[in-house]
Amino acid sequence: MVNQPEDWNGVVDNPWRRLRSYTAARIGLGRSGVSLPTRELLEFQLAHARARDAVHTPLDLDGITLQLEQLAADQPLLNPALPLHLHSEAVDRMTYLQRPDLGRRLSEASRVLLQQEQEQDNVSEPYDLALVIADGLSATAIAHNAVLFIRELASAMASSEHRWRLAPISLVQQGRVAIGDDIGELLNARTVLVLIGERPGLSSPDSLGLYLTWNPHRGLTDAWRNCISNVRPEGLNHPEAARKALYLLSEARRLQLSGVNLKDRSDDTPLEQQHESGSFLLG
Amino acid sequence: MHKAYRYSLGGKTWEFRNLGELMARATPARSGDRLAGVIARSAEERAIAQMALAEVPLKNFLNEALVPYELDEITRLIIDDHDPIAFAPISHLTVGDFRNWLLSDHATSDVLAFIRAGVTPEMAAAVSKIMRNQDLILVAQKCRVITAFRSTIGLAKRLSTRLQPNHPTDDMNGIAASMLDGLLYGSGDAVIGINPATDNVAQATRLMKMMDEVIRKYEIPTQSCVLTHVTNTLECIEQGAPVDLVFQSIGGTEATNSSFGFNLATLAEAEQAALSLKRGTVGNNVMYFETGQGSALSANAHHGLDQQTCEARAYAVARKFNPLLVNTVVGFIGPEYLFDGKEIIRAGLEDHFCAKLLGLPMGCDVCYTNHAEADQNDMDNLLTLLATAGCSFVMGIPGSDDIMLNYQTTSFHDALYARRVLGLSPSPEFEAWLENMQIMTNAAGARLNDHLPPAFSSSLQALPAVNSSSESDTAEGRRHG
Repeated sequence: MVNQPEDWNGVVDNPWRRLRSYTAARIGLGRSGVSLPTRELLEFQLAHARARDAVHTPLDLDGITLQLEQLAADQPLLNPALPLHLHSEAVDRMTYLQRPDLGRRLSEASRVLLQQEQEQDNVSEPYDLALVIADGLSATAIAHNAVLFIRELASAMASSEHRWRLAPISLVQQGRVAIGDDIGELLNARTVLVLIGERPGLSSPDSLGLYLTWNPHRGLTDAWRNCISNVRPEGLNHPEAARKALYLLSEARRLQLSGVNLKDRSDDTPLEQQHESGSFLLG
Repeated sequence: MHKAYRYSLGGKTWEFRNLGELMARATPARSGDRLAGVIARSAEERAIAQMALAEVPLKNFLNEALVPYELDEITRLIIDDHDPIAFAPISHLTVGDFRNWLLSDHATSDVLAFIRAGVTPEMAAAVSKIMRNQDLILVAQKCRVITAFRSTIGLAKRLSTRLQPNHPTDDMNGIAASMLDGLLYGSGDAVIGINPATDNVAQATRLMKMMDEVIRKYEIPTQSCVLTHVTNTLECIEQGAPVDLVFQSIGGTEATNSSFGFNLATLAEAEQAALSLKRGTVGNNVMYFETGQGSALSANAHHGLDQQTCEARAYAVARKFNPLLVNTVVGFIGPEYLFDGKEIIRAGLEDHFCAKLLGLPMGCDVCYTNHAEADQNDMDNLLTLLATAGCSFVMGIPGSDDIMLNYQTTSFHDALYARRVLGLSPSPEFEAWLENMQIMTNAAGARLNDHLPPAFSSSLQALPAVNSSSESDTAEGRRHG
């Protein structure tokens, strides 16, 4: 004999779910017995599927190239040359995931391409900045954020006090952060800014990371870089990210360095301001 | 290092340059050993190496240091603290004999506790390499390690949880929301432990005070921890912050720990400082350590050893300082060290076994990142296996999604699943509290109350009514999008 209320769907709801106004954490999911209700289970699977796809979807070279061409037409500061299509020594995604060392190095064909590029550029003066777009762990992050961020950065740079001469933009497949050092060196750039897809989170599959290096050359460690993380509309939005990036670029240029000795003081207000240690649990 | 090891079979002789190389070649396959270039070059070589390793006398590990004694304070700790009396019952055994001995009916919980101080991390690592998953579970399940602060961890038929209420900006109400969610799902008896988004002394102090006030207000028999650098916590203690547990990530070589910015003396100072606060009620284990295979290699401090052997050596560091909790964060480091669900599961069982054999209160962050070849089903498998093996504690996080660290670990629901299918309870102090607070109607049976417990409903009623928000909109969008 089954004894249950009419219309019972098997789920005990949690009234504290409304506390989601305070956090993006998956609180108040409710339960079937002690297990995840069907709807919540399937939502999780979808989020995981999107994060997995972000890792394994290839970089859309043609699409981004087209967008960058259009952007260069609008933003005279950007180098009008076509983006350079480069590849790391990691031949495919499976190799990339298991061999971080290979993802940090340019393939021989890409090195040759950059050397030719450098020979064609008759100006002996180094570029002020090389922008490098690398898929990293999320091509989705590049697709959603890279071009929009560069648009904001280019317009911010155009109205800054310095004159900036930019190298052609590089588009790198199977790249890790340090590959920017190789590229910056070969292009003869004073600074490199790498735009790279960050490790995707379940609730943030498209987060873009920015890594800046002054005087890039092969063999530098993370201690020489400055990082701006979580660039996406729901995180650090594009205009804010561009403002921070321009601050660091200008400071690196002024101080002729980057990394641990270049402090980001673009925000002098704390991340959040609230009572010492208060919360509703203590109310 | 020392002498070469040879093994002859069918007219062919295999040679391994030293004990470290033999250990590495005998290790079940994983990506981090491939990355380090120490992995067996064929499946046959691995099987042969395991046969050769099985013939190595345990005594050799006392004479052939895998990392030179002169260069490494952890080697010195292992050798100097070795107890020959505890070692006596197993001193005549080879690695292969040791496996048989551990599985034998002679090796009871009491006997295993007796030999603990005679077992070095390298002996534990070596025998684990020739044990199947079921062997690792069976022996670990016989090892009993009990620690205490305000709750007791590690009693038979118990599984504790760390409540991990992380928030990407350390927002106090955001953290409190995840804490409440966890407490109402019966989570948090091992520790309430926050990974701070902003890692400095002021922020750590703020978080410590907040957790301390919640623990006191609701009289929760648990302890808090902010997972900040040990030197930050020392400073917090000097400034009078309410520190329950001192946290530190540790590795198995001196060079790894130098790259983490501490040494053994730092940990000794921290343990003494935390003990001086006398904040424990049922015990005085004041340290919380985290480990994980691959940390030595990622610090380029692995001395040519395989990652599991380095990991086991970290347990020598841990056991010197009487921790309340040790946690192997098994799938966090990424697929370049543990590639897929199979490798993560194997590593989790190895770490738990080695730590328990050496006498540590081992828990496991059963977890994966989105670039690893793993999913929730792999975590279900590892959680079930570890809970069967008597794992001391697992993590608890809302819906498995850590929105600060961007990885997936076990949820509050997952722990209740494990408790139910295996008949496990939380720590006895916490079990009583859950029933007193009417969070559970039967904590031993993992039966939650269908109604909101009165002590918490008043906190919720005090909140301003919430209409809509960006977060709940996002959740809705996800559902329909």
